[in-house]
Amino acid sequence: MTHTVLVTGVSRHIGARVASVLAADPDVSRVIGVDTVPPPSLTRAGGVSLGRTEFVRVDLRSPDIAEVIAVADIDTVVHMSLVSAPSRGTGRAVMKEHNVIGTMQLLGACQRSATVRRVVVRSTTAVYGSSPRNPAVLTEDMEPHDGPVHGYAKDAAEVEGYVRGFARRRPDVAVSLLRFANFMGPGVDSPLTRYFTQPVLSTVFGFDPRLQFVHEDDAVEVFRRMAKEDHPGTFNVAGAGVLLLSQCARRAGRPSLPLFSPVFHALGDVVRRAGLVDYSPEQVRLMSHGRAVDSSRLESELGWKPKFTTGAAFDDFLRSRGLHPFGGAR
Amino acid sequence: MSVPGHEARVIPISAAPSYDEPDGPEPMAKALAFLRRRISGDYEVDEFGYDAELTDKVLLELIRPIYHHWFRVETSELKHVPEEGGALIAANHSGTLPVDALMMQVALHDEVGRPLRLLGADLVYQLPVLAHLARKSGHTLACPEDADRLLRKGELVGVFPEGFKGVGKPFSERYRLQRFGRGGFVASAIRAGVPIVPAAIVGAEEIYPKIGELPFLARLLGLPYVPITPFFPLLGPLGLVPLPSKWLIEFGEPIRTDGYDPSDADDPMLVFNLTDHVREVIQQMLSELRLRRGHAFPPFL
Repeated sequence: MTHTVLVTGVSRHIGARVASVLAADPDVSRVIGVDTVPPPSLTRAGGVSLGRTEFVRVDLRSPDIAEVIAVADIDTVVHMSLVSAPSRGTGRAVMKEHNVIGTMQLLGACQRSATVRRVVVRSTTAVYGSSPRNPAVLTEDMEPHDGPVHGYAKDAAEVEGYVRGFARRRPDVAVSLLRFANFMGPGVDSPLTRYFTQPVLSTVFGFDPRLQFVHEDDAVEVFRRMAKEDHPGTFNVAGAGVLLLSQCARRAGRPSLPLFSPVFHALGDVVRRAGLVDYSPEQVRLMSHGRAVDSSRLESELGWKPKFTTGAAFDDFLRSRGLHPFGGAR
Repeated sequence: MSVPGHEARVIPISAAPSYDEPDGPEPMAKALAFLRRRISGDYEVDEFGYDAELTDKVLLELIRPIYHHWFRVETSELKHVPEEGGALIAANHSGTLPVDALMMQVALHDEVGRPLRLLGADLVYQLPVLAHLARKSGHTLACPEDADRLLRKGELVGVFPEGFKGVGKPFSERYRLQRFGRGGFVASAIRAGVPIVPAAIVGAEEIYPKIGELPFLARLLGLPYVPITPFFPLLGPLGLVPLPSKWLIEFGEPIRTDGYDPSDADDPMLVFNLTDHVREVIQQMLSELRLRRGHAFPPFL
């Protein structure tokens, strides 16, 4: 069976990689990529060849997306257009609209479509929040003690609510909800990767959070498999194991500067206003209490394990940025 | 040292799991390799954040002198602790500060060769420094999810079912077990089908005799209590030095739970009865062990 796949968020690194992998797949007859901005050119750093992907510039917040789905007879929708940090110019309100209203429009269009059979949505493990009262290792069924109240994590939690509503209304559509740990890899540009490339890493005094990463190659592979086969349900996606923040800093060869948490918060505000690194309140909570998830449901569903452990994904990222631990290469 | 008349099993400290290769290089080279691993971040922690190497080589190394020379801890009936597989150790809790948790960890690590994974109050994970040291030394939050996960992985899990009620009780209540909460630990043991090993710790009650409280300061600091002892806050930081009482730790016969169906964990009556049983066993062990020890501060008292 051949597929016609719609991929949202193709102008961003992971989205572009997923679109190009699907475009290269003989079972996929057509890939339509949409985003609010055109993809970066190949000559620029971070440009990924989209292959035979057809790009359509659509603002997800507008109902135009319904037309794209109807005209192209889309059967699989891969929704990965979630913005994790406000861009410098626009700010939080635009980000929230993009994430939440955009998803509502897209799901509305899918609901009316007679051709859509499969919907894959990118979410994040940030929906579990970071709390000293959460279990150490989270599974998909757990209700977090302190749910997210800020930014990206709150958007993702709201998006998940709409996705679950959609799955109830259209039980004939296979809906996969993927909760990814932080992406890590040579091409990833996120608040967290920018954090680790700073000359000095500010940390919260007295806390050493557990962090988990998923390598971009593994993330792309998960999206590819989910787009090609039915795997309904909610799945955590993370590389095996955890790294402590102190361990990450040592591997990156970066000195860390422990700050008392009120100072960290205040500094976070200043730095955020200056538009440098994202120290959103959720990021600060992550930097205090950390988070780890259990991906075994995904592994048994797909019969496949992420190739990169959390540690290997981080090391690959460090290699690509030329970062070494103190005392030379590993 | 073993208590006469009892079969204590003494395992030399070298039997504990360690990172030394049998035909390892020179001590100096080993120390340098250790430093290199630590500085370059090239070591493993488990998903709970347990750093086995740091715990064995640094954290426990700091506590061992206190274990051997300050409290002169003696253990007995170690044969009741399973050498492998999941098991739940339930012990009495006392001492104003949870020093008993550290001593039990040293006892099980060095004399049975097993890391102890304690379930701690959420307060621990909110406090700076304590939060990450607790995780690095293998402990986690007392919640059913974490307990079940550790037991399924075949770990040796420790609980103090009395919680703050036990550790913060006044000196006049010493060696009297407090209420055992809802028995969540028993439900976890039933779900995993692992034995519950009762443990009695004698000696911790006397390290900081709590004769009063400063409730206002406790509210201000968000702590469950701020104690007054004969020396604290009178002598300031010096009052924080624990009194050198004589300690005994004994492990009782394991209470098996593999006869129950995992779904029995949802039967409140059964869980309550089993919890009561565990409590009675520990209380009895505690009273006997206290008699056997005699004075808390030999040879002075």
